Amino acid sequence: MAVATSNGTLCYHCGNECADDHYTLDNKTFCCAGCQGVYQILAENNLGNYYCYNSNPGQTLKPGNTHFEYLDEPRVASQLVDYADKEITVVTFYIPAIHCSSCIWLLEHLHKLNASVVHSRIDFLKKELSVTFRHEGLSLRQLAELLVSVGYEPLISLQDVVKEKKGSVNRQLIMKIAVAGFCMGNVMLFSFPEYLGLSAVEQQFKQLFSWLNLAFAIPVTFYCGRDFFVSAWAGLKNRLINLDVPLALIIAILFLRTAFEIITQTGPGFTDTLSGLVFLLLMGRWVKQRTYQHLSFERDYRSYFPVAVTVIRDNEEKPVAVSELAVGDRILIRNNEIVPADSILMKGDGFLDFSFVTGESMPVQKVLGEIIYAGGRQMGEAVEMEVVKPVSQSYLTRLWNNEAFKTPENKIRNFNDSIARYFSAVVLALAVCAALYWIKMDDTGKAWAAFTAVLIVACPCVLALSTPFTLSAVLGVFDRHRFYLKNTDMAEQLARINTLVFDKTGTITSPGSADLSFSGHLSGYNQALIASLMRNSIHPLSREIIRWLGNSAKGEITDYLETPGKGISGIVNGHEVLIGSASFVCPVPSDTMASSVVHVKIDNEYLGFFKLKQQLRTGLKDVIPALARKVSFHVISGDNNSDRPLLARLFPASTPLSFMQSPQDKLEYIRGLQATKHKVMMLGDGLNDAGALKQSDMGVAVTDDINNFSPACDAILDGAALHKLPQFIALAKDAVKTIKMSFVIAGSYNLIGIYFAVQGVLSPLTAAVLMPLSTVTIITFTTLATRFHARKNRLQ
Amino acid sequence: MTIIYFLIGCSIVMALIFLGAFFWSLKNGQHDDMHTPAIRMLFDDDSPEDEEDEA
Repeated sequence: MAVATSNGTLCYHCGNECADDHYTLDNKTFCCAGCQGVYQILAENNLGNYYCYNSNPGQTLKPGNTHFEYLDEPRVASQLVDYADKEITVVTFYIPAIHCSSCIWLLEHLHKLNASVVHSRIDFLKKELSVTFRHEGLSLRQLAELLVSVGYEPLISLQDVVKEKKGSVNRQLIMKIAVAGFCMGNVMLFSFPEYLGLSAVEQQFKQLFSWLNLAFAIPVTFYCGRDFFVSAWAGLKNRLINLDVPLALIIAILFLRTAFEIITQTGPGFTDTLSGLVFLLLMGRWVKQRTYQHLSFERDYRSYFPVAVTVIRDNEEKPVAVSELAVGDRILIRNNEIVPADSILMKGDGFLDFSFVTGESMPVQKVLGEIIYAGGRQMGEAVEMEVVKPVSQSYLTRLWNNEAFKTPENKIRNFNDSIARYFSAVVLALAVCAALYWIKMDDTGKAWAAFTAVLIVACPCVLALSTPFTLSAVLGVFDRHRFYLKNTDMAEQLARINTLVFDKTGTITSPGSADLSFSGHLSGYNQALIASLMRNSIHPLSREIIRWLGNSAKGEITDYLETPGKGISGIVNGHEVLIGSASFVCPVPSDTMASSVVHVKIDNEYLGFFKLKQQLRTGLKDVIPALARKVSFHVISGDNNSDRPLLARLFPASTPLSFMQSPQDKLEYIRGLQATKHKVMMLGDGLNDAGALKQSDMGVAVTDDINNFSPACDAILDGAALHKLPQFIALAKDAVKTIKMSFVIAGSYNLIGIYFAVQGVLSPLTAAVLMPLSTVTIITFTTLATRFHARKNRLQ
Repeated sequence: MTIIYFLIGCSIVMALIFLGAFFWSLKNGQHDDMHTPAIRMLFDDDSPEDEEDEA
């Protein structure tokens, strides 16, 4: 990965460039003490192979949460472990840092680092590490700390406590496919002799083969095909004809006619068609259900919130599970920790990053006695707070009590289901007509044959297959371009979108890359004065400004004073310098009162202000005009309107821009749009968008690191791929066209079959050949068409 | 030709054994993670006593 591009040495551990005063050990250079420390531990334990499988496999240690005291609490720990008995404990951690084969090698050799580890296994795609250890010699907390010491910090969130077992549904389906495949293979074997013609001597086997076929048809119908009956019945009960209704009907008819023919010894039946049909239908289901194991689309605030928080009781710090937090508890929030419940600041300087919660782009200073909403991340020194509301009743978490989160998802009515009704009606009418005709001709036997044959031949199985195959191919294309859809239905939904709603912070603007600007005039001498003064402040804005000034002057400072929440003042080289908020530097021009602005006054003369300007995501400038003709735009932001001019320039003039929107407001806004027949795609990133994402027809979480937290959504889009959005939408529309075309192709096959069927002369062989033939045609067609469309939309 | 009855019985029993083996592997979780084993098998065992540890 790391390529030496400059003359600087690269860190042996993480591959970052080393500064001048680098750390050296065993003739190897390191960029920081952290990397060197990890190397040292590995070298001492004879784990040097870590560096053999990849060069610079490590990752720079980020200052994260290294307080795992809460894991010593039995009540917290018992919720996290998968299994524990007298001797051993099994626990699964989510470790975002897992990224290469060296990671696997090291983490599966944990027993070399600590003899109490019995066994450790990695699931690479899920980035999960499952450890079996003897808890006599190693506690859960020590295990977590051991992982941190080698650079693999486990991410433990509240959602881990409420682990839901996934995957069992999928396993069931695979078992059904296996059974269907098994039966299909055997049935074909026993049907062949019949088709090829049996000599007089071999006639004795005919009955045996028939009975065996019937035996295989029973599990196929009642075990493998069960889901279709259940789903069809559920649909009918809700007075809804979905695609499973005709499918269940056909499976039932096929089985009944086969059983009838075999028992009465009037024919060979349609067992091979039946088993082939069920097998293919299940394959279609499987393709449709296949989803990303390493991505979660169901995360809510619980996976963002910590498991435990430090509570101060009787002057003692004690970790307590967040769910047990009560009103009135005094909690300690350290640097980089998240406030778990609405609380009042009691001690210390609150400087909180709410970008994820309210959409405010800049960290906010909070003073004693102010209410701090849950979800804010403290930046700076540790602070003490008093809880005023339980976790579930907090400003932010209350959002999840909204009805949008309670009503089951019912936003999609796909092409298949909407066409199923007409399809069923037409096929039934045809079958009845054919039967009536033969009854009139006094040929009851033919009437029954024609009736069942029409139903069998007009099978919508191709419809049931073309959609999942086309859409999953589309999903594969999206996946290569870092756009991850929750399921195939979402690809169809994407084709219908006509309104795009953007969140601002983190979605339109990219987090982390703020651009500083100064309005006014600043001489070099004054810059030196400002830099000198600001060097004393640990406020993040001060650091930002110093970096921007790039001035290393160190003036002589007297009377330095930092007023939390306001600003800093002091006398530098004899000049009185005042830097801070509008009210602190006062008087300032009234049009610059907005927050995230730092004013400067030197010797009582107002010089101007620093402003942090949000950087737009790259490529967004091209996206908007490209989409403008097809969709309408809306912007809803939780931030103040200081970026209005920037947004007004970006979007078409008619775009409504709303600011200072609470999470609840955003949800209502989407609902309002939907009431006026808009198909809304919401693009957001934070917890504050969670309601809007849920309510919208398609909620897309925009993120810079897909392994980071993203709220519950229908799709996850990597921020770097945002500019491809017009292509994604175009491809989804093409895919829907492909599905409709394959329907036409399947229809023509069906017409041929129906020609035989209405005459009552459909032989099992014709049915057995026609069905796979049309299936193969359709799958080939959809695959080629999707590839063609992907290339057309430059998404290869 | 009656041998065919026996052969058919054998073939079905064989197929059932394979189906059972597949079920067992599925329940055993062998299909849960399709990615990591492919990487894992490329690692060298660095010393003999290491293998004993693993066992």
